[in-house]
Amino acid sequence: MQVTSSSFKENTRDALSNPTLQNSLKRLHTGFVSSRARAAARMPEFELLRDQARDIKDHVLAHLDVYLEKFELQCQAHGGHVHWCRDENHAKDVVLEICRKANAKTVTKGKSMIGEEIAINDHLEANGIEPIETDLGEYIIQLRNEPPSHIIAPATHVSKEQVADAFRLTHSDLDPARNLDEPDNILAEARAMLRNRYLEADVGITGANFLVAETGTSIIVTNEGNGDLTQTLPKVHIVLASIEKVVPTLLDATALLRVLARSATGQEMSSYTTFSTGPKRETDVDGPSEYHVILLDNGRSNLLNSEFKEMLRCIRCGACLNHCPVYGAIGGHAYGWVYPGPMGSVLSPGLIGLQNTKHLPQASTLCGKCEEVCPVRIPLPHLLRSWRFLIHEQGLADRKFNWGFTIWAHLAKRPKLYKHVVGWLIRILALGALNKGRYKYLPGLKAWTQTRDFPAPQGKTFMQQWRENEDV
Amino acid sequence: MFNAREKILNKIKAGLDPLQSRAHREISVETRLSNPSKYVVPKRAQLNRAKLVLLFEQMAEEVAATTSRVSSVDELPETIIEYLNRYNLPSRIKTDTNPLLNGVEWAKHPTLEVNYGKAEDNDQNSITVAFAGVAETGTAVLTSGPNNPTTLNFLPENHIIIMPVSRLFGTYEETWAHLRAEMGNIEITFPRTVNWITGPSRTGDIEQTIQLGIHGPKRLHVILLEDNDEETG
Repeated sequence: MQVTSSSFKENTRDALSNPTLQNSLKRLHTGFVSSRARAAARMPEFELLRDQARDIKDHVLAHLDVYLEKFELQCQAHGGHVHWCRDENHAKDVVLEICRKANAKTVTKGKSMIGEEIAINDHLEANGIEPIETDLGEYIIQLRNEPPSHIIAPATHVSKEQVADAFRLTHSDLDPARNLDEPDNILAEARAMLRNRYLEADVGITGANFLVAETGTSIIVTNEGNGDLTQTLPKVHIVLASIEKVVPTLLDATALLRVLARSATGQEMSSYTTFSTGPKRETDVDGPSEYHVILLDNGRSNLLNSEFKEMLRCIRCGACLNHCPVYGAIGGHAYGWVYPGPMGSVLSPGLIGLQNTKHLPQASTLCGKCEEVCPVRIPLPHLLRSWRFLIHEQGLADRKFNWGFTIWAHLAKRPKLYKHVVGWLIRILALGALNKGRYKYLPGLKAWTQTRDFPAPQGKTFMQQWRENEDV
Repeated sequence: MFNAREKILNKIKAGLDPLQSRAHREISVETRLSNPSKYVVPKRAQLNRAKLVLLFEQMAEEVAATTSRVSSVDELPETIIEYLNRYNLPSRIKTDTNPLLNGVEWAKHPTLEVNYGKAEDNDQNSITVAFAGVAETGTAVLTSGPNNPTTLNFLPENHIIIMPVSRLFGTYEETWAHLRAEMGNIEITFPRTVNWITGPSRTGDIEQTIQLGIHGPKRLHVILLEDNDEETG
């Protein structure tokens, strides 16, 4: 997928001044955040389940080579094909090759972030194969020709009216005067439009929430049932998975599933959790006759040997996005690549390089909410700080930013000078506010004062108060 | 490209703890696979059978499924006909060939058309037999096989699951244990598809409001069959 992370600042400005987006973001916050809190409160063992989830993923990462080979062996034993792919281009070629061999004209797709990462739709389209997204959110953004803005709710930035507009434009042979005011009508139309697409598709592509080494199984979790129709009806099923998705056993997958939906949407369990193993058996009545698993690396093996290794524990629940004040203010598109929010700001630099994504680790208040809700306890604020460190070390930070910190460091290392300079600054700012107590504009702080007032200093300094209390 | 596998595996190996040799890792993996570690299992579902049934019903209804109980397979046709009538659905069902339903005398109910096999586009109502149930979340576990087409669980708009109470468990873990006990070495015998179904199809993709029945079934009804450990296939 094309990267626009380098224009993060411009993206952010656009997002903040987009009223439709701002409305959707409010809904997201109230919806997912309160549901997760309810689900966690209802499960007394939730914190223990999170510890367990973290430990399972750590164990897998420490034995990743053995588990991947075990998965491969078991998948093949059930008649599946495993394709190891080093990067985006390699994976795209392998998928295209499988589709060509199947003489595919249309391909249905379940929601897959790996699919977004390798931009598989563009590649299939460029080669004369029509990809059809079947998750309602993905279908909507495919019609609108835009990337997802959230890893589990891809069309969360789109309003009901915008969905209706996209449907009228695309489903042009339907009555233009039809009612699309209610979600019910929209749903019925999407259901009807996609039904035939499922039945006529030659290949179905899904992602994988987990791969199970013990049985060679891929697992998908959905609420709509689109993933199941996608992987059951066509004659070929392709699973797009990255190497860190593997877990040892069905019991490990089960343990992780207990924290996944609760963290993501606050559901006790998603509507459909499906374990798929190989193609249909000789005696099976339905199912695909070919089953392929793409194991994509795309930079992940580099992270394994880095201080960002813990990021590979991520199970893509989206809780860190839902709880992040920055994501909540700007939405997903501003981040400029597949993975937004705190998890994206840590993962994206690791996968596509710091040069392109240097703004992302800075776009955090380090409030710690993301770590607080992460089901596998990834220390996201710590990892964001580690990237900031590297940004500084590699000289990638803005000049203005560096300049500010150089001055501050100079002062901070000289307590007497600091006291004098800050003492005078406070007096000037307190006087300059002219009893209003706030500044609407301050030179050099335009970015701050544009959206809020700067409070004028009042009362005594910390050092003065400290000294007074010491006397007591 | 041909040796992508080796390249990826070598990079992974280079990134792993140098103090743990490959042989060490293999032993540690084998140990883990053959002696599954203790898992945290919620207390919520550690109940007797009667309470499990109640919990299952409560959890399933919470996610917009409906439930009913029958005390023998003989009651199934009437229960199903009643259900179809309640929602004004055509009196036609597609069902699997699960041996549990062998004894059902459909012929006594000539108004109900019964067909067998995988789901087709025009099938509106399906009946399938669950392999097991999980009270913890009101989840039905269905497995694919010669008698159990997977498409019946997803393509029709109305899905009725027959759940033998003898196969109702508290947790998912117990259903896996049951699967292992019944299927032997599941490294070899694991079914092509295992479905956990918790309520009907739903989406929150339009402005975060939950809507039922987007691609899968709009309605899910679970009939709890109070049986005496009859075999299902």
